[in-house]
Amino acid sequence: MTSQTQPDTPDNIKDDIDVDGVSPQMGSVTFTDALELDNGRKLAPFTIAYNAYGELNAEKSNAILICHALTGDQHVANRHPITGKEGWWSLLVGPGKPIDTNRFYVICTNILGGCLGSTGPASIDPQTGAAYGLTFPVITIGDMVDAQARLMDHLGIDQLFAVVGGSMGGMQVLEWASRHKERVFAAVPIATAAWHSSQNIAFHEVGRQAVMADPQWMRGDYLKHGVTPRNGLSVARMAAHITYLSEDALHAKFGRNLQNRADRTFSFDADFQVESYLRHQGSTFVDRFDANSYLYITRAMDYFDLAAEHGDVLAEAFRGTQSRFCVVSFTSDWLYPTRESREIVQALNAVAANVSFVEIESNAGHDAFLLDEPEFFATITGFINSCAQKRGLPAA
Amino acid sequence: MLDRTKPSRSARQHHQHRVDHLLIAEMVAPGSRVLDVGCGDGALLQLLADTKAVDGRGVELSREKVNACVARGLSVIQGDADQDLDDYPDQAFDYAVLSLTIQATQRPRDVLVNLLRIGHRAIVSFPNFGHWMIRAELLFNGRMPQTANLPEPWYSSPDSHLCTIRDFVELCDVLDTVVEEAVAFNSAGRRLPIKKSLTLQNLLGEKAVFKLRRRKHV
Repeated sequence: MTSQTQPDTPDNIKDDIDVDGVSPQMGSVTFTDALELDNGRKLAPFTIAYNAYGELNAEKSNAILICHALTGDQHVANRHPITGKEGWWSLLVGPGKPIDTNRFYVICTNILGGCLGSTGPASIDPQTGAAYGLTFPVITIGDMVDAQARLMDHLGIDQLFAVVGGSMGGMQVLEWASRHKERVFAAVPIATAAWHSSQNIAFHEVGRQAVMADPQWMRGDYLKHGVTPRNGLSVARMAAHITYLSEDALHAKFGRNLQNRADRTFSFDADFQVESYLRHQGSTFVDRFDANSYLYITRAMDYFDLAAEHGDVLAEAFRGTQSRFCVVSFTSDWLYPTRESREIVQALNAVAANVSFVEIESNAGHDAFLLDEPEFFATITGFINSCAQKRGLPAA
Repeated sequence: MLDRTKPSRSARQHHQHRVDHLLIAEMVAPGSRVLDVGCGDGALLQLLADTKAVDGRGVELSREKVNACVARGLSVIQGDADQDLDDYPDQAFDYAVLSLTIQATQRPRDVLVNLLRIGHRAIVSFPNFGHWMIRAELLFNGRMPQTANLPEPWYSSPDSHLCTIRDFVELCDVLDTVVEEAVAFNSAGRRLPIKKSLTLQNLLGEKAVFKLRRRKHV
C-alpha cells in the first residue's frame, strides 16, 4: 500500500533544477506496510524521496540505482534546490556521461534516515505529532537498502541493471549485492569497505560528540525548541571533511597561505586559508543537513560489517552471486584504503564471482570518487558498456 | 611481474594474434570459464571472448594494464600470481592460463600447483631457455642472452626463474601432472608437437605451450 506525492520543491527554484538539460523526475512514495528493521523494530509509515532521470524501457531492464554517501542526497545530476550547486555526481551521471541518462533510467533515493524527503529523525512521528528526534530507531545500511528495495517493488523493477555508489553508497551496493542478489545485474562499489574500520568509527564519534556537546542540541529535541545545533554540526563536518581529502591535496590547495591578509593577526581568527575553507564547509553544511540525521547515518556506517552478518566470513555474503562486480579504489584514499577494496575482491574471488578491480591513481584522497578522474570514468564506461552488452541492452 | 609479455608492436598494428595465443584458443572448449593469470593488455581474453565465447577473467600486476582491460569491458583485477591465487576456490575455472609469465613469478612451483587446483586444466606457456640461440650465446659469447622473448638485460629482467622445456617436463613429473598436450614454437612460429622425445623441441623451440591436469582428476 503506497501513496504517491509530487515533489515538495518550492516553486521559485524549480526553474533552476535543469543543469545541461538534466531535469529529474522527482517523486516520493509513502509506504504504509512496515519496514522490518535490523534492530527488530518496525517502522511505519515511511517515505522514500527520489529523483529519476531518463526513461525506463518496456522490459524495465535498464534501471541504475545510484546510492549516495553520508551527506549526499537524491540530487545526483541536477542543480541542488537548497545550495544551487550542480548535482554531486553530475560528472558521472547525465546525458552522454559514463552513466548515460539517454540510455539508462537512473534512480537516486534519499536514504532512509536522511533529511531531504525520506523518513528520518526530523520527520514527524505520527504517534506523537512531533519530530522523532532520538525516538527514531537506529537503522542500518541494510535497512536503507531494504527501503530502496521497496521502492523498486513499487516501480515494478525486479532487477536493477546496476547499483552504483561510493563511500557509504558503496556499502549500500555491497548490501544490495548480498541481500538482494538476484535483483542486481551489476554492482559497482567505489571507495568503500565491507566493514567500517576502527579509525573511521573514531572519526564519526568525534563528529557525534561535537553535535551532542552543542547546548542547542537539547538532547536531540532541538526541533521542538526551534533551535539548531549549528556549531556542533559544523565542527563535525569540518573534522569529517579533513578525512575526505589527502595531505597532498590540502597542501596543494592551501599550503600555509593566509586568508586575505598580509600577516598573522595573533588571534584565533581564520588566518589560514585552510581554516577559512573548513569553516565555510561547516557553515554551509548545516544549512542543508539535519544534525540528528548525521548522528543516525554515521551510526549506521559504524555498525556496517558485512562479514559479521555472515559468520565473519565475508565471502559468505556473496555466495551464489551471479552479479558482475567492478570494485574501484583510489591510491590516496586513506579513509577507505585500497586494501579494504582488495578484501572485497578476495571475498568475491573466493566464490568465483565475476569481478573487476581497479585502483585509480589520484592524490585527491577519498573525495576523488566525486571529482574529474578520467581513468575512473573510462573504467566505469567500459564496465557499464560490457554489462549492457551482456544484458542485451542497446549499445551507446 | 605478470605484465611480462605483450604482442610485438608490429603484431598489434596488424591485429595479428600471438601464435601461442592462437594455440591456447584452440585448446579451450567453447563457452568455458577461463582465468588468465598475467593477462597483460587482455589480448588473449579478448581473443577467447571473440572466438570461443568464454567467460573470462584476468589477473594482472600492472595497474595501467588492468584499468585499460576493464575500460575495454574485460573482467580483470589487479593482483599478483604469487600472492593472490590462494583466494580462488578449487576447480573454479575450466582452464587456468599462465601465458609467458611463469618465469617471472617468485615461486613457479607454487603458482603451478595453484593453477592446477583452480582450473580443471592448466595451460602454461613459457620461453624455452634451451633454445639453440640461447645455448649458443652462452657457449660462444659467454653472455646472458637477450632475445625477442627475453628482451631485458640480466640486471633489469623480471625473469628470475627461466627454464627449458626439459626442465618444465621434469616439474610436471614432480607434481604428478598429466601433460595432455604440448607444443613448441620455432622462431618462425611453426608448431613443433612435443611427444616422448624432447631433444629437438628443446633445441628448436623458442617457446612452448603445455596443457596440464592433475593425475587424480579424471
